[in-house]
Amino acid sequence: MLPNWFIFIISLLYLGLLFAIAYYADMRADQGRSIINNPYIYAFSLAVYCTAWTFYGSVGRAASTGLGFLPVYIGPTIIAPLWLLVLRKIVRICKQQHITSIADFISSRYGKSPFLGGIVAIIAVVGIIPYISLQLKAISNSYGILTSFLGSADPSGQSLNSFFGDTAFYIAILLAAFAILFGTRHLDASERHEGLVAAIAFESIIKLLAFLFVGIFVTYFLYDGFGDIFTQARRLPEFARFLTISRDSGVDWDQWVWITLLSLLAVMFLPRQFHVSVVENVNEKHIQKAIWLFPLYLFLINVFVLPIAVAGLLHFPGNTVDADTFVLALPLAEGHQWIALFVFIGGLSAATSMVIVATIALSIMVSNNLVMPILLRVRALQISRSKDLTRPLLMIRRGSIIVLVLWAYVYFHVVAEYYTLVSIGLISFTAAAQFAPAIIGGIFWRGGTRNGALAGLIAGSLVWAFTLPMPFAAQAGLLPGSIVTEGLFGISLLRPYSFLGLEGLDPISNSVFWSLLFNTGLYVVVSFASRASILEHSQAVMFIESPWYTAREGRYQFWRGTSSIEVLQSLLTRFIGEENTKKAFYEYARIHETDWQQQQQVDQEFISYAEQLLTGAIGAASARAMISSVVKEEPISVEEMMGILNETQQAISQKKTLEKKSRELEQATTELKQANARLLELDRLKDDFVATVTHELRTPLTSVRAFAEILFDNPDLNTDQKNNFLNIIIKESERLTRLINQVLDLQKVESKTMEWELTDIDFSEIVVESFEACSQLANEKNVTCETAFPARIPRIPGDRDRLMQVMLNLISNSIKFAKDDSGKVSVKIAVKKNHLRVDVVDNGIGIGKKDQQIVFEKFRQINTPDVGKPAGSGLGLTIAQRIIEYHQGSLWVKSTPNKGSTFSFTLPFERQKENALPT
Amino acid sequence: MSKKILIVDDEPSIVISLEFLMEQKGYQLEVARTGDEAMQAIHDFKPDLVLLDVMLPHKNGFEICQYMRSKPELADIKIILLTAKGRKQDIEKGLAIGADEYMTKPFSTKQLVQTVENMLKK
Repeated sequence: MLPNWFIFIISLLYLGLLFAIAYYADMRADQGRSIINNPYIYAFSLAVYCTAWTFYGSVGRAASTGLGFLPVYIGPTIIAPLWLLVLRKIVRICKQQHITSIADFISSRYGKSPFLGGIVAIIAVVGIIPYISLQLKAISNSYGILTSFLGSADPSGQSLNSFFGDTAFYIAILLAAFAILFGTRHLDASERHEGLVAAIAFESIIKLLAFLFVGIFVTYFLYDGFGDIFTQARRLPEFARFLTISRDSGVDWDQWVWITLLSLLAVMFLPRQFHVSVVENVNEKHIQKAIWLFPLYLFLINVFVLPIAVAGLLHFPGNTVDADTFVLALPLAEGHQWIALFVFIGGLSAATSMVIVATIALSIMVSNNLVMPILLRVRALQISRSKDLTRPLLMIRRGSIIVLVLWAYVYFHVVAEYYTLVSIGLISFTAAAQFAPAIIGGIFWRGGTRNGALAGLIAGSLVWAFTLPMPFAAQAGLLPGSIVTEGLFGISLLRPYSFLGLEGLDPISNSVFWSLLFNTGLYVVVSFASRASILEHSQAVMFIESPWYTAREGRYQFWRGTSSIEVLQSLLTRFIGEENTKKAFYEYARIHETDWQQQQQVDQEFISYAEQLLTGAIGAASARAMISSVVKEEPISVEEMMGILNETQQAISQKKTLEKKSRELEQATTELKQANARLLELDRLKDDFVATVTHELRTPLTSVRAFAEILFDNPDLNTDQKNNFLNIIIKESERLTRLINQVLDLQKVESKTMEWELTDIDFSEIVVESFEACSQLANEKNVTCETAFPARIPRIPGDRDRLMQVMLNLISNSIKFAKDDSGKVSVKIAVKKNHLRVDVVDNGIGIGKKDQQIVFEKFRQINTPDVGKPAGSGLGLTIAQRIIEYHQGSLWVKSTPNKGSTFSFTLPFERQKENALPT
Repeated sequence: MSKKILIVDDEPSIVISLEFLMEQKGYQLEVARTGDEAMQAIHDFKPDLVLLDVMLPHKNGFEICQYMRSKPELADIKIILLTAKGRKQDIEKGLAIGADEYMTKPFSTKQLVQTVENMLKK
């Protein structure tokens, strides 16, 4: 048996391991050898999305609603590809403007408004506390299950001892300590915490492994795989509705749609998701891989949810065990306490990672957007006198982490114990979704104003508070229950679950629908109705046009005024420390190639740079206030501001035009290159052709010249020899003439300047005439000629002389290559459906397979040593093929070596229209 | 003892003219009509000079020339490339791979006979 203290020690050791990993990663980061600078760690850190809710709650929800657990993961999967557009833009804006939280993002976009930032921070805190408390609840529950199961054989998870409340308290304190150590170790303008990210990624791996482990255990060891589980599940009364989506199953289509929408917003705008995906992002390229790695992770962690849920229902009939704890209860009931311990660690990972990241993200908002603006305002004098503010700043962060965790702990005891994991999580999701209109609108719509964002956020969050947390509080007994049943002040339109009389939606869908409707509606309407201030306007431009700015251009010079370096230096030193300030100033001087220590007055760009450094530490609004207190500002008129803005607008549009032009030029260049390559290729082919023709012309000319010279130099040759030589000269001259004619023919056909005389032809006449013309050649070689025609042959349109040329060529070739003594050449005509087919068959030496295509190429003759060099130019078949092609038929050869060849071609009865005219 | 000449060409008419011209000067002759026949004849007939066409079946004249120049025992055999390939790069290639002379078809019979005689005198 594993005693309580053992489990507690194991949990402590696990947290110790996290500390070690985070410490190591931080150390490596300090050395400049980051271990988290890769897309996989980034994707794993995004998986902080999967909290204890996923780990325990998915099975619970699947046990009561079947497939109803899925929409929370479908939403992020749907939105992930769009991250390339949305998330990348947000990341870039945050890098340019040194934004470190969602509150600062919204405040910055709408003119660095401190009020807006404060509102966002409050919504975030109020909205997320239940979610943190839910993690504490999960840890406490799982601890309870683990220990009570171990103590008794009775598998009943209901007996929560009061002792475990204390455990949750200790865990809460430990997590706060972790968050403080690695989230607020030092004050850094970029708010990046490599140790934190490394630990979170590690936890994501552990929780996935643990869940897969228990999934495989249940599916393949308790049962015989998926098939077995679902077969056995048929005997469950609730199984019928398990795999369907309907009102009976508890999750109908409305709810699917609303929860999917809700979760796709939450995965981007929950403060912890914003923190890991935007603030902790090392390189925006990592997003490209994360868009499929993250959905893959979601898929893997959901594979075994349904089998475990079914197995739990089969094992513990009659609701004796809370379905949220099936993952633990199943291995325990089977006596596998070590597996249960591993599952417990997995759940601990899921819960702790969420608590740590969420509290850090919230603490940044609390300190930068709530506490700092108030301190600066209320005790402005003391603050500006204080020498070193870095310590107070860190203390505010640390204090807020402790307060947040304790608050969540109290919430857990007062409210959260009454509800399932999933329902609490969705309350927070809905709160986070309230940020969506102001952010999405802010980065794509220039017309959004501070007042619009403010109105939308306040209205949306009030509706949210009224429709979700309030009835929860009423059900927990903190408020009178009549609010839920009869409406606020007894007004039935103000019933939280049927807001404004809308019936039929479940509480979550109801709240999502109404809060987003009010939020978006007011944001748009008020934005149209209100005017943006100068600063709002310039921030809007920089957010929307962010892809076009470099970091340096992002520091737009809306400071008209001067300051001295000492003043700025002392201001920054107070907030980010002496060393950081000097480092930053040296960096600026290095980039701008100036010596900042020599300068007395600093320009606007430097002032903007200082403001950004400060933004990272205390938020955009406070930074703005601090800088303006030390800069001698000259008033800048609206006209001037618009002038500057117009200039930048023009510069940007010119930049866009230039980029477009250069893309067009590039394309044109590529096309030109390709055209040039084609021309060069054609040129080369022509060159080759000319060289070949020249070669072919020189060969007969050589014999003619040689024998002419021999005859001239040797007048005393005998008559036989003389005649013999003269005969050669004549034959070679004829060859030369033929060659020249054929080259001209080919050139005409290929350049399409050949003149065709089309008439209706009886093709059998052509065959007969061709045989007559070749009769002498046939007799010489003793070749028999045959024809086989059908009785009636339709006339075909064609050029009689050219077709004759084809037949002569084919027949004379066949005779030439026919068998020497028993040669036979036959021509067959066949009438097909819409064309004539002509076969010229010989029984000669045949043509090898690989040469059958070559014979149609120019100047390609097949040399058969036994037969000697064939007479002819090597152009005959090429021309024949071109002529047949002109007649819209085709010419080909089939042959077996030593058996003979068959040259066949087709001639259609009717010419196709488009080619009717020779061009 | 008269010198031996190997004529390598696949054009019958040209072979006849070359045979006539070389017989007139009293050389011993052998004719090869393909690249393979030529390779055989070089070893069997051991000519003093080869009149070598380039465009041949099986193995072209350039290849034969290259082969001969790679064998020390064939180094003394003179080679005249006699071809219709008249482009500048063909001529350069022929001489580069070790031919002693490159004549373009159609050639002057007097010049050919003169070149052969000069080569065999040396």
